[in-house]
Amino acid sequence: MFEGRVALVTGGTRGIGAAITEMLALSGASVAAGYNRGGESAERFASAMREKGAKVSIHQGRVDHAEDCNRVAQEVMDGFGRIDYLVNNAGITVDKTVRKMTVDDWRQVLDVNLSGAFQMTKAVLEHMIERGSGRIVNISSVIGETGNIGQANYAASKAGLFGFSKSLALEMAQKGITVNCVAPGFIATEMVSAIPEAALAKVVEKIPQRRLGQPSEVARVVRFLLEDDSSYITGAVYHVNGGLDM
Amino acid sequence: MTGGARGIGGAISTLLAEDGATVAVLGLPEDRERAQGLAARLNGAASRIHFYQSDVSIYDQCRETVDAVRKEYGRIDFLVNNAGITRDHTVRKMTVDEWEKVLQVNLSGPFFMIKAVLDTMVEQGFGRIVNVSSVVGEAGNFGQANYSAAKAGLIGLTKTVALEVAKRGITVNAVAPGFIDTDMTKAMPELAIETAIAQTPVRALGQPEEVARLVRFLLDENSGYITGAVYNINGGWYM
Repeated sequence: MFEGRVALVTGGTRGIGAAITEMLALSGASVAAGYNRGGESAERFASAMREKGAKVSIHQGRVDHAEDCNRVAQEVMDGFGRIDYLVNNAGITVDKTVRKMTVDDWRQVLDVNLSGAFQMTKAVLEHMIERGSGRIVNISSVIGETGNIGQANYAASKAGLFGFSKSLALEMAQKGITVNCVAPGFIATEMVSAIPEAALAKVVEKIPQRRLGQPSEVARVVRFLLEDDSSYITGAVYHVNGGLDM
Repeated sequence: MTGGARGIGGAISTLLAEDGATVAVLGLPEDRERAQGLAARLNGAASRIHFYQSDVSIYDQCRETVDAVRKEYGRIDFLVNNAGITRDHTVRKMTVDEWEKVLQVNLSGPFFMIKAVLDTMVEQGFGRIVNVSSVVGEAGNFGQANYSAAKAGLIGLTKTVALEVAKRGITVNAVAPGFIDTDMTKAMPELAIETAIAQTPVRALGQPEEVARLVRFLLDENSGYITGAVYNINGGWYM
């Protein structure tokens, strides 16, 4: 499906990002997966992918550092010669109620989850415009719509991605580049398993389907949006949440 | 497939039949030939399209048709509520009859069809329902109070049924197309079409096939975690 195409997935070696990397790679794309910490596990992920015959490279960098974004984009260009798809997936949580949240907690999450997407996009956008084609998918969250206790920073960053995506979608509409958001609900990843067990049980109780989603269930929505034939879909938000927020 | 003989519905029927599904195309008498035409254009898949004359605005006909389809094929995996009509007038000029007719077909029709298939899907422990709403249901549109109310209502119906069957292996979603290149759109005054295109950020009408593949995606077995969602496909017309 994606033979000869190149994808850059931030936070692409773990959780939802790893599932996206895997699905795109097994669909024929060359995938550059970004990561920040956990070099060893990223290496292991990349070799496991290569054993499956996937073309995957890994790139260390911080999306909240513009120079890292530019360097990684350049590495991908040097390695693969083009970038067709950008998936802004890297995200962190630093959960605290607003009363206890420090300015630094706030800023750190905004910097990675929202400004990181902006900076990574800046790093690839001119290339996509020159080629007259591109697909950008931003991984937001159901929390960006509903809010969540203890996640003012995360919710604000993920809601911010909606505004960013829609504005960029308008700016790119006549340049062959679509920009969309995927908003997952609670997905079975490390980030979600970090929630205390009792709290997680309460979360699942609130999901109409009474289960967590699987990373691959999100990845296939991303893949669908990246396809050539999805060109009429832009500025959209596609939810995958088991009915959690409608 | 309601309204499955032409326009977006025709593209959906075609795509599903090509992918191997048996497709019961529901339509009005004048759709019979169109459905045969669709089937004729399908290489090898022609035998998978079957026309059922049925008016979705009449519950008894929905019930009878669903019973007949189930009897013939033994199961119903997917329901796509696509049948829709327009009776455009500004509210000042819109008659009560125009209002009621559009609500009856575009909103009560899907309710009738869902009611008719739901027990079958619950028994199967599997089902996919996709309601074809419209960008107009989200944004409103000049001269379409009835159509936009029906299409907005369809989103409410989608979300409620999604909640009610969430634990039964059945997903219920809506797709909301923008201005798509169909007879319905072509029936708009030329100036209105030009305006619609000018207001669409990608500056083009969508193609029925582009909507059809989104519907197919939601019907896929692996789309089980997507429910109660509204997937827009509108070239950026409404975000």
